[in-house]
Amino acid sequence: MTRQSFLRNSSCAVIVAALGVSALTMMGRANGQGNDFAQQQRGRYLAAVGDCAACHTAENGAMLAGGRPIETPFGIIYSPNITPDTETGIGSWTSDQFYHAMHDGIAADGSHLYPAFPYPWFTKATRDDIDSLYAYLRTVPAAKYRRPDNTFPWPLNDRTAMIGWNKLYFTPGTFRPDPKQSAQWNRGAYLVEGLGHCGACHTPKNVFGADKSSEAFQGSDIQHWFAPDLTGDKLSGLGSWSQQDIAKFLKTGKTDRTVAYGPMAEVVERSTSKMSDDDLTAIAVYLKSLSAAGSDSASSGSAANQSSFGATLYADACSACHQKNGEGVPGLFPSLKGDAVVQSAKPTTVIRLILNGGQAAGTKASPTMPGMPAFGWKLSDDQIAAVATYVRGAWGNKAASVSASDVSDLRKALKDASSAN
Amino acid sequence: MKSHLNRRSFLIAGASASVAVAAPAQAREIQGQEPWQPHQADAPDPVQSPNYLSFTAGEVAFVEAATERLIPADDLGPGAKACNVPLFIDHQLAGAYGRGQSWYMQGPWKKGEKTQGFQSRLGPADMYRAAIKAIDAHVSGKEVGKKFSDLAGDAQDALLSDMEKGTLTLDGVDTAAFFKLLLQNTKEGMFSDPIYGGNKDMAGWKMIGFPGARYDYRDWVDKHGQKYNLPPIGLKGGPGWNQKT
Amino acid sequence: MARKLPSTDVVLVGFGWTGAIMGQQLTDAGLDVLAIERGSWRDTPTDFAPTFIQDELRYRYRGHLFEETARETVTFRNSADQEALPMRKLGSFLPGTGVGGSIVHWNGQTFRFLPYDFEIRTQTLARYGQTMVPDDLTIQDWGVTYDELEPYFTEFEALTGISGQAGNINGQKQPGGNPFEGKRSKPYPTPPMKQTYGPTLFAQAAKAEGMSPFPCPSANMSQAYTNPLGVTLGPCTYCGFCEKFACGNYSKASAQTTIIPVLMKKKNFTLRTECDVIKINLDSTGKRAVSVTYVDAQGEEYEQPADLIVVCSYITHNVHLLMTSGIGTQYDPQTGKGTLGKNYCYQLTPSVDVFFDDKILNPFVGAGALGMIVDDWNGDNFDHTGLGFIHGGYIGGYMTTGRPIETEMVPEGTPKWGKKWKQAFVKNYLTSMALALMGSTMPNRANYLDLDPTYRDVYGNPLMRMTYDFKQNDLKMQDFAMGKMTQIAQAMKPREIKKSPRGPHYDIDPYQSTHNTGGAIMGANPQESVLNRYLQHWDVPNLFVMGAGAFPHNSGYNPTETVSALALWSANAIRNTYLKNPGPLVQA
Repeated sequence: MTRQSFLRNSSCAVIVAALGVSALTMMGRANGQGNDFAQQQRGRYLAAVGDCAACHTAENGAMLAGGRPIETPFGIIYSPNITPDTETGIGSWTSDQFYHAMHDGIAADGSHLYPAFPYPWFTKATRDDIDSLYAYLRTVPAAKYRRPDNTFPWPLNDRTAMIGWNKLYFTPGTFRPDPKQSAQWNRGAYLVEGLGHCGACHTPKNVFGADKSSEAFQGSDIQHWFAPDLTGDKLSGLGSWSQQDIAKFLKTGKTDRTVAYGPMAEVVERSTSKMSDDDLTAIAVYLKSLSAAGSDSASSGSAANQSSFGATLYADACSACHQKNGEGVPGLFPSLKGDAVVQSAKPTTVIRLILNGGQAAGTKASPTMPGMPAFGWKLSDDQIAAVATYVRGAWGNKAASVSASDVSDLRKALKDASSAN
Repeated sequence: MKSHLNRRSFLIAGASASVAVAAPAQAREIQGQEPWQPHQADAPDPVQSPNYLSFTAGEVAFVEAATERLIPADDLGPGAKACNVPLFIDHQLAGAYGRGQSWYMQGPWKKGEKTQGFQSRLGPADMYRAAIKAIDAHVSGKEVGKKFSDLAGDAQDALLSDMEKGTLTLDGVDTAAFFKLLLQNTKEGMFSDPIYGGNKDMAGWKMIGFPGARYDYRDWVDKHGQKYNLPPIGLKGGPGWNQKT
Repeated sequence: MARKLPSTDVVLVGFGWTGAIMGQQLTDAGLDVLAIERGSWRDTPTDFAPTFIQDELRYRYRGHLFEETARETVTFRNSADQEALPMRKLGSFLPGTGVGGSIVHWNGQTFRFLPYDFEIRTQTLARYGQTMVPDDLTIQDWGVTYDELEPYFTEFEALTGISGQAGNINGQKQPGGNPFEGKRSKPYPTPPMKQTYGPTLFAQAAKAEGMSPFPCPSANMSQAYTNPLGVTLGPCTYCGFCEKFACGNYSKASAQTTIIPVLMKKKNFTLRTECDVIKINLDSTGKRAVSVTYVDAQGEEYEQPADLIVVCSYITHNVHLLMTSGIGTQYDPQTGKGTLGKNYCYQLTPSVDVFFDDKILNPFVGAGALGMIVDDWNGDNFDHTGLGFIHGGYIGGYMTTGRPIETEMVPEGTPKWGKKWKQAFVKNYLTSMALALMGSTMPNRANYLDLDPTYRDVYGNPLMRMTYDFKQNDLKMQDFAMGKMTQIAQAMKPREIKKSPRGPHYDIDPYQSTHNTGGAIMGANPQESVLNRYLQHWDVPNLFVMGAGAFPHNSGYNPTETVSALALWSANAIRNTYLKNPGPLVQA
């Protein structure tokens, strides 16, 4: 609701005039006022779609009050406070200013936002949706918290550097439905390419941190994980997933063959598990329409080197859960056979899960949160490389081998990252 | 979904209304999650040093001799000494176990009935120290200049038997309790995971055919009467785990 | 001076198995529930992982999952003419600590007590007359019947996925199951485990001797299973590190693998760990519990008020807590008056070892509840006329483990060390097994719990004192059962056997079982019991006490399923009756 439409209600106008800006905040939080409430609930739903909390709520922090450190290749930036606090949050922002931020990447004071805030994706959202988000955000409890400064080096810590970046890599624009596609496909496209900002993790980036749009959704390194390929690649993508699999994964965190770990577990728990079945199906329809990437995928090709060393390790240390045949146990232990994460071009996620373990997503529909134990203390780089190579090439899997230096590099990177936080 | 229950309905008239403080920050309060951290594992502490940490040279001599009588080398396989059982015991005694840290060690101390279990005021490390001293003194009392480790095997066995039966009375030492402890520790040293310093090269396990730290035997459930055919592995793996790619 | 905290609807003392059950039930009823656990958070991938759990020294012998006697223990004597001394090391029983409590390290052997058990006094007198129930054999009816508990046994089995073969569904006998079991309304949720060689040989022999062996009902899953809460368990891999260890691959039913994923996510459930509850506080009338006092890891004392207090911290801690809180009247064995501490019972676990020359049994292919069971000599399943004892126990041909420090199968007369020992140990390791009795013990006037006059715990409270011995009924029953075990053992045609009865006196040192029962028993009236049939304290209506402390006797079975059914039954009474009108559920 814009301030103009709000003030058209004359009784409210009197109250606003009498009480000033703070009344606006209070009014914004009132419940049960017909349109207001419905719009707020819509906004709450969209906030789940956009997973605002993932960045804007810090661990042990107040809801949406910011302060969460976000690793970028250029340093750490802390998310801002988007509660309605007028001093430290966005309480004094108008809905136009909020729209400007989401659509153009410009804050209320005119400064440029860094694309760690995925405005290149949010730009696709409609004005109406963004207004609903705005209405919802005004109902969130106001929290006083000012984020620490980012750690970007000069000249990147000067926000005017974004002017050039935006010129090269950003074109604002609301989503335009494709008339050749179904309404369902378009809804899926709108969600994935817009508020869902899936590509922020799943689309590879260039050296300036911008999306390589020609390789959209083909998988990307992100904070020492590898977010997998979402195109139709049969080995490393969603090629062997049905539409129902995708929707089920997003809703429950599990399919019969895999479970969500790491950052995706958070996405499922906080975002996609709260979305409607229709929206999740639409996303699935859209993703299934993405054709497989070409020969660029390092996964296509000959099977990795098999060694009895890796096989022995697998039998002794892994098979009690993942089974001799690599097929796991549905809803509990992922199948490694035919798995996209296992066969990803980059083995980062596989190595990371072996090193650090992982906790699966738990949702209302599927509450079990099976945990992969950590092996980093128990196995050497050589051993992890051997067993990772083994699983990437066993049971018909066809992904490239993993070297001991791949493992030691990741160990070091994770150690450095954890001591920095 | 709230029940009819509310706090007010519980309060009988006259219940006190003291001021409450907020839940203290020190309490480990868990809400809304199953706590988990990456890289977290309640993994054991393997033995680091190949050297004796707590035994004196004289104690080493006793323990090496005594444990070798308890589990001797023979055609079935190595004995306690070759399997580093004395080193295992030494490292155990150097830590929390040696102090009896998890045991109830408050007094008063009474001898008690046979059915009342361990009643010594000495933790394991102190018990070894006191017992070895007393036993060696006992031996040299009978044969000047000799200690337990100097005796012939038969004589050592006889002494160990007397301790086991409780017929060897030494001042200040419950020899039966010490023998029980020594025997238990010897078996532990022979058959525990090699990370603790004993069961060298898994020789104890190989001797009996125990596959160690394996975790999936479903293929063998139906194999009634068939001998298991894989070598043992420990927590740090086995020979098959140490190849290079 | 304890600092007082904001009140909550429910406090659970302890967060083990009954804590998880009650937490799940009472949060479903919409209450705000706070569980206070003295130990720490424990969960499968971080604390029970198959990367390190296969460690006999650390878990079985250094007790990594168990309560430390330095923190809590009992004093023990066989009879009142002795001086009780502290149980300085764990031995006979192994209580747990930390989230999940003892169910984290149980075997998973799962049985419903018999219909006979719940009305034991009435039925024994009716069948055999007063001579079979001498004055000092203080058996009592429980105040609840098997039929009343049947739906809750079934609910527990569905919650935990028990793998078994039913023997009696709604009165219809089923082949392959226990013909003596109380009738059940449903089959087990998963099929029985596949048996290895040893239990198979045992069952063949038992059958040949005219008995009715059946697979042990098992909380080690025979296949993957998802329970009604939506929590999934995996298939057991027969690793042989079951009892005294935690399960590394989600295949043993426990709080972590069946309830915790759902319960921990609830907004109205909070868990406070590393806080030791040392007292339950009553108001000045002594008829209402107002709060618990606990000590946190820093040694600070806090008072936590609540409207409803449920004690879930294992029988030994539960009974001790009632005693040190001054709730109830201490039982006096001289006068027979008082109820708190009486009818303490245990489990009688003799064995007969069987040695083959030629049959490779692979004992390390094991699971906690892998075995075949003969129930013919349990309860009142056979005519006791002229035998001089009541009740009995089941005979198990189990294959739970081959862990070498603990599993020592050497024939009669073998020395305990030296060359002969080594040879016997090696020779017999792969080719022997034990038949074991899960023997009932009957309550006796002279067996009881109270507070020790001399020894104290770290908080300065007196330790609980256990005065317990096997009595005539127990020993006569054991003789009889040994005869039956020997009969089966001989029928297995081994090279030789070795008989290992317990006793004549109960010894606190060797491990036997963690099946302590009694001390806060349930019953039909407050003169004879501490709790009513809903596990509600007779004197303090907003205080409920879970666990096997409620058992007026211990049957010839593992207690967990009956403990669980009673907890679910009690929760049902709280939800559907008590909450609507808080007060005594039974008029005294």
